[in-house]
Amino acid sequence: MTSVLVILAGFTLAAAAVAFALRPLVHCALCLVLAWAGVAAFYLWAGAEFLAFAQVLVYVGAISMVVLFAVLLTRRQADSDEAPGSGGAGRIAAGLAVAAVVAGVLGRAVLGANLAPSPVAARPLDVRRLGAELAGAYAPALLVAGALLTVALIGAVVIAATDAETRGEDRR
Amino acid sequence: MSAVPTPDSLLERAPLLVRDWVSGLFPASWRWLTGSLLAIAAVILGFGLLFTLLTLIERKALGRMQNRPGPNRTGPGGLLQPIADGIKLLVKEDIVPVAADRPLHFLAPVVLVAFTLLSFAVIPYGRHLLPVDLASGVLFFFAAGAATELAVFMAGWSSHNKYSLLAAMRALAQLISYELPLLLAVVPVVMLAGTLSTAAIVAGQGRWTLGFIPHWWVGTPCGAAGFLIFMTAALAESNRSPFDLPEAESELIAGHLTEYSGFKYALFFLAEYLGMTALCAMAVTLFLGGWQAPCVWLQSIPSYGWFFLKLGALLALLMWIRGTLPRLRLDQLMRLCWKFLVPLALINLGTAAFWHLSAGWEPLPARLARWALALLLVLGPFAAIGRRLGAGVERRRYRYAPS
Repeated sequence: MTSVLVILAGFTLAAAAVAFALRPLVHCALCLVLAWAGVAAFYLWAGAEFLAFAQVLVYVGAISMVVLFAVLLTRRQADSDEAPGSGGAGRIAAGLAVAAVVAGVLGRAVLGANLAPSPVAARPLDVRRLGAELAGAYAPALLVAGALLTVALIGAVVIAATDAETRGEDRR
Repeated sequence: MSAVPTPDSLLERAPLLVRDWVSGLFPASWRWLTGSLLAIAAVILGFGLLFTLLTLIERKALGRMQNRPGPNRTGPGGLLQPIADGIKLLVKEDIVPVAADRPLHFLAPVVLVAFTLLSFAVIPYGRHLLPVDLASGVLFFFAAGAATELAVFMAGWSSHNKYSLLAAMRALAQLISYELPLLLAVVPVVMLAGTLSTAAIVAGQGRWTLGFIPHWWVGTPCGAAGFLIFMTAALAESNRSPFDLPEAESELIAGHLTEYSGFKYALFFLAEYLGMTALCAMAVTLFLGGWQAPCVWLQSIPSYGWFFLKLGALLALLMWIRGTLPRLRLDQLMRLCWKFLVPLALINLGTAAFWHLSAGWEPLPARLARWALALLLVLGPFAAIGRRLGAGVERRRYRYAPS
């Protein structure tokens, strides 16, 4: 079983690394999708069937589309398909700072978690209990995430809908 | 309500017996593999053959609707037309544009067909015929379907043709938009059945009132609304007329398929028909009782017979719609989705919640009130939103030529 995990981890990391290394932006995005699919395969390996399929549905199906649309529809300075080259020191510093903050938060969460192996093998969580937990103990978190996404959606609509007055109303 | 002991005739168990006989030919340590491989082979062969048959039936049926004979030169009555088409597409030159992104151009049809085939894994074809029994089978089905959008994008982008790319973006806008009502229409059934497993959903519909009124989900107000929304969205998801804008032959030179030829082009069409069949099979499973017989005393007919009968009826309905309705425009398409189907599907969730909570209303007046309220919840918003959307639009008049 561990060998499968090693293969999955290697696949996911390799896809992510290739996504970094490639020049054409669309290829990067597609490699990123591969990495997400690798994460879904990891969930499947860990026995979290529902989470794995939700990962595929949301990340491979929807978020990938958002990324691709963003890549294709945003205006680039240079009219090329390539990722921007390595910029000035400021850009590198900002990237490193963001990476450090994310790594710090994640590291804290991982180190702070109680990862002692439990004596009893955990029963796989069935979908019904997952739903009950989401609507019960984790309802506030779910609501906050929902509100956040709604705000983001409305913001996106406001940004996108700039030419509402100029367009003729065509009702048929 | 009557629960009937499940009849398990020889015909019902025939596929199992064939499977056991074939895997009996292999050593015991291989049996686990042969079972899965046989299921895969049966799905690919069965639905591959169904695809060839469907192309012929569809062309014949469309021909009848348009007062022409349809294909009738190849073999008796045009029966060999699919084989002729297959040979033609196989031996055609495979052209790849010079500027195309070769790996992606090659991968797009492969990814599309592979993911479409995956979705057949969780459909229960009969009492004993379910390739993979997953606890969240419904979610798996839609996850596999969602990945096909990626293939459409890959096809459009890798062709390095601006018309292909534009058409692919239009197709994606349509696919993503209609994914929403498609998923929302399924939720009431999942709520009422209380499970995401396709086997359990079909088993839960195996009851009859008085022996001849089946307890299929399409027979409840929220189920009926869900079924209609699901089928409309399924039409759009599989790029079928009247939502066939992504590859409108007469306007877009086949959209994202412009730069594809030969067998890759055939693979795209295979995936389209397979996707249509898969969505219809899911509609049968969720709303029309899956492999359950409509009456108690018709259970002697094997369950897979019922399944494929219902599947055939839905596919015929789609062909009929293709022969009847004209194509929509892109803005009409989006309006229908976001202003009509999505609100109705959301309201339908409330109807399903009401139906679930009022399940205990036993006496006859209470039960009548339950039906009346639920119907009001379904039909009221339908009429209100429809009237609002139709305001200011003249009623279209049709005039037929005098005969």
